[in-house]
Amino acid sequence: MTYSIISIMRQELGLVVIALLVLFFDLVVNEKNKQKVFLIALALFGLHTLAGFFPFEGGNLFGGMYSTQPVHILMKNVLNIGVFLVLLMSASWLKTPQIANKSNEFLMILLTTLSGMYFMISAGDFLMFYIGLEIASIPMAILAAYEKFKSRSEEAGIKFLLNSALSTGFLLFGLSLFYAAAGSIYFDDLTRTLSQPSPLVALALTFLLSGLAFKLSLVPFHFWTADVYEGSPMVVTSYFSVISKGAVAFVLGILLFKVFPVFEGLWQNVIYTLAVATMFLGNLFAIRQKNIKRFLAFSSIAQAGFILLGLLHTDNLGIIVIIYFVLIYILSNLAAFGVAQAVYAASGKENIEDYNGFYKTNPRLALIMMLALFSLSGIPPVAGFFSKFFLFTAAAKAGYYWLVFIAVVNTTIALYYYLLVVKAMFINPNPEPLPTIRSDKYLRSALFITVIGIFLTGILSPVFEYIQAMVDKF
Amino acid sequence: MWQDITLQDVLIVSTLMFFSGVYGFLTRRNLITMLMSVELMLNAVNINFVAFNYFLHPENMHGMFFALFVVVIAAAEASVAIAIIIGIYRRFKSINIEDVSNMKY
Repeated sequence: MTYSIISIMRQELGLVVIALLVLFFDLVVNEKNKQKVFLIALALFGLHTLAGFFPFEGGNLFGGMYSTQPVHILMKNVLNIGVFLVLLMSASWLKTPQIANKSNEFLMILLTTLSGMYFMISAGDFLMFYIGLEIASIPMAILAAYEKFKSRSEEAGIKFLLNSALSTGFLLFGLSLFYAAAGSIYFDDLTRTLSQPSPLVALALTFLLSGLAFKLSLVPFHFWTADVYEGSPMVVTSYFSVISKGAVAFVLGILLFKVFPVFEGLWQNVIYTLAVATMFLGNLFAIRQKNIKRFLAFSSIAQAGFILLGLLHTDNLGIIVIIYFVLIYILSNLAAFGVAQAVYAASGKENIEDYNGFYKTNPRLALIMMLALFSLSGIPPVAGFFSKFFLFTAAAKAGYYWLVFIAVVNTTIALYYYLLVVKAMFINPNPEPLPTIRSDKYLRSALFITVIGIFLTGILSPVFEYIQAMVDKF
Repeated sequence: MWQDITLQDVLIVSTLMFFSGVYGFLTRRNLITMLMSVELMLNAVNINFVAFNYFLHPENMHGMFFALFVVVIAAAEASVAIAIIIGIYRRFKSINIEDVSNMKY
């Protein structure tokens, strides 16, 4: 029994052990070696990421409260890749004087939020789901408020915490109504007892979906996103926009496909409306942004709208395209954030007009940024095209031709504002462009990985086939 | 006396509590009051869980357990929120959300 717990929960246990080791080393090493704990954490987390790819069957624990299948492990692996890149990118930020004395706590809190996402993905009942969600979201407020010497950062922290608490309240109200309807909080019992849509279930589903829509920053519930993204430190913003968003998208997929497939008629219209509103508003607001972080925030809102397209195909194909899309979204968005981070670390500038003439002084960074934006908007040779193509295929297969049309229109709008940044970098003249930036080796290797990923994940079919094979075992 | 209380009575109280929490969150401008409103919502949910457990599904204890965990996690949430609010007060000498908000569209 004990051994089976260790083998089934190995990813969670591994992650918690790494987080505790970071805390332990932070306590025992002397002042001048504190920076080296980062290297230990990075190496351990790299091993942890690689270990996740070993084939494994999965199983249930704690009377069904926790269940893990190959598809869950795959989702965690995708998140691991993203977190590894975020860790690489955070190296230079963690060395800044004001942060350096608490850099190891940052790593520990970051890994804790990731463990919360793990539990959320592997949850087998609503209690575990809720606990995982809160383990993921409460420490995230600490991360947002991490630069406490900046007023913007504290504002972002309190805004994130209050909004996430509000959304949790809605979510819990929905869960209590589900409990009233089904008499159990286990997913298995829910699928068994709730076979008929009833008004109570519809109300419960409304509350649950609005709670999750807050976390995924879908449009009527997106007001916190831009402020939190702008105020948080750049590393944390990139973490918010890819990892936490990806995790919530996965969980939404699992809940809708595996727990509420019988209520398809109820939630599909809601998802449809949310997708249309999210894509339009996210894109239209992104056009008028001046700050690169706010710009990427609205672009990530729009991308969340695209993810919803995959949810409409209630088959394995839906889950496959969501995982594939999130993987490529992680790579391309982190490439964009990596360049923004390099610029911010070197010059402290984060407005789009500061990027004027960027190509003249930093041709390689400008090319990476261009590649990332092309991938986000979905231009053919790079991976973003394939992920969008598969998403649209899934939605079209489910018969939502109008939605696909709206999504294509939105892709065009998105292309416009992504090209605005590209134009600023390559064409706009600037008498005083940014100086030539030489970033540290961690950031450069992270950018290297993302560029390789942006090219290869789209072209290499084994990536898609691997995801397909894993999901089909589900 | 208390045996006369029905599920409907309890639900009216909890729903009133929940939505006064939502109303308070949206209208109040003081950070502590907003936090209190959120706590009101979470406690309304707790009443819901316990009442559903007691009246509808007495055969298991899921609702009771859930309420316990909600209480614990709400405490964790409040502690983090108050830590950040203290930081904000030291910097701005105010906990009014209008004074704190610098980022606008």
